[in-house]
Amino acid sequence: MNALFELLLRSVFLDNLALSFFLGMCTFLAVSKRVDTAYGVGLAMLVVQTVTIPLNNLIYTWLLAPGALAWAGLGEVDLSFLRLIAFIGVIAAMVQVLEMTLEFHVPKLYRALGIFLPLITVNCAILGGSLFMVERSYSFTESVVFGFGSGLGWALAIVMFAAIRERLKYADIPQGLQGLGMNFIVAGIMSLGFMAFAGMG
Amino acid sequence: MQDSNWRILTRPLIDENPLTLQILGICSALAITTSLDTALLMSVVVICVLACGSAAVSLIRRQLPRSVRIIVQITIIATLVIVVDQILQAFAYELSKRLSVFVGLIITNCIVLGRAEGYAMHNGVVASALDGIGNGLGYSLILIIVGAMREFFGKGSLLNVQILLPVSQGGGFEPLHLMLLPPSAFFIIGGIIWYIRRKRPQQVEEAEFTLRPRRQEAE
Repeated sequence: MNALFELLLRSVFLDNLALSFFLGMCTFLAVSKRVDTAYGVGLAMLVVQTVTIPLNNLIYTWLLAPGALAWAGLGEVDLSFLRLIAFIGVIAAMVQVLEMTLEFHVPKLYRALGIFLPLITVNCAILGGSLFMVERSYSFTESVVFGFGSGLGWALAIVMFAAIRERLKYADIPQGLQGLGMNFIVAGIMSLGFMAFAGMG
Repeated sequence: MQDSNWRILTRPLIDENPLTLQILGICSALAITTSLDTALLMSVVVICVLACGSAAVSLIRRQLPRSVRIIVQITIIATLVIVVDQILQAFAYELSKRLSVFVGLIITNCIVLGRAEGYAMHNGVVASALDGIGNGLGYSLILIIVGAMREFFGKGSLLNVQILLPVSQGGGFEPLHLMLLPPSAFFIIGGIIWYIRRKRPQQVEEAEFTLRPRRQEAE
């Protein structure tokens, strides 16, 4: 139990996907104009991450890993080269389901997210999360915790970033650096801050 | 309104650069630009995938039902990436070893899906392929600038050729280790955007409101 809690804390803070590994940057920079949109996309990310990582864990353990097909009498088959395409398939299907659900139930949020909901499919944070799960060989329980924690960490980072951006609107920024340029600088400074977190690990 | 092919090809270089204006594909730009040669190889790979992917999506755009389009697009891109990965492993094994993770992450590079979804779904095959190449070139441009700066200031070399001799080897150059860490990529790209927008002020986003000019201090 203790180990799981530690994993949760680490995936939220120390190994923050957005600010320590720089995954999911495109969405991070583009949808953080307002805190409430950032909150929405963070939530979408949290849901997709929590569902896809354990799902990919099951698929990898039972179908793709070397020797995983032993239960079907095909012990020597190694399908791990199909890893990328299988993970992407699961992620894309999940995003499509989420998109249809949102369009039906929360059309306002759906419109606010715009093209960035489909782009969650190609959000490196989600594929990266699944690949980290394989690389660090998490068990099923650990992958649930990791999926939840990393989604939460990403959501936390984007909400914080959006809050800073809202304040920045009132700042007197040099011409030309306004907008995207300043966002990069802010994200850079935030990532410097999170590198200090990593040092504490 | 029909754009000339040349225009389609060159527009994404600076006027509609995918990295600095459309905010697409930033993750890999941060991760692989610690040296110039990986940045160059990555550029070539991305251009190939982008051109072929856009052309293929454009080819089947009329047959594609809207509700499953993302899955189909992703499958096309993933297949292309796996093919490129296999080719690299066959012909440039050493370099592919250094790029291995990042080649896989091209699938999640939003430029590819962004252009497929935003352009190739509504345009002809030739225009889509050119748009893909153009966006790939725009991406490469930034990647190469960032890669060159980070390698030069971080290690004092370009393409693994030592130009400035570091202090540890008796030279006068102190390598900036911050340049090899991810935050520096943020700062450099931010600086590039600043420069481009100084030159082309129309790229600056509309401010939501204007600040009242600072009042003069009382005389």
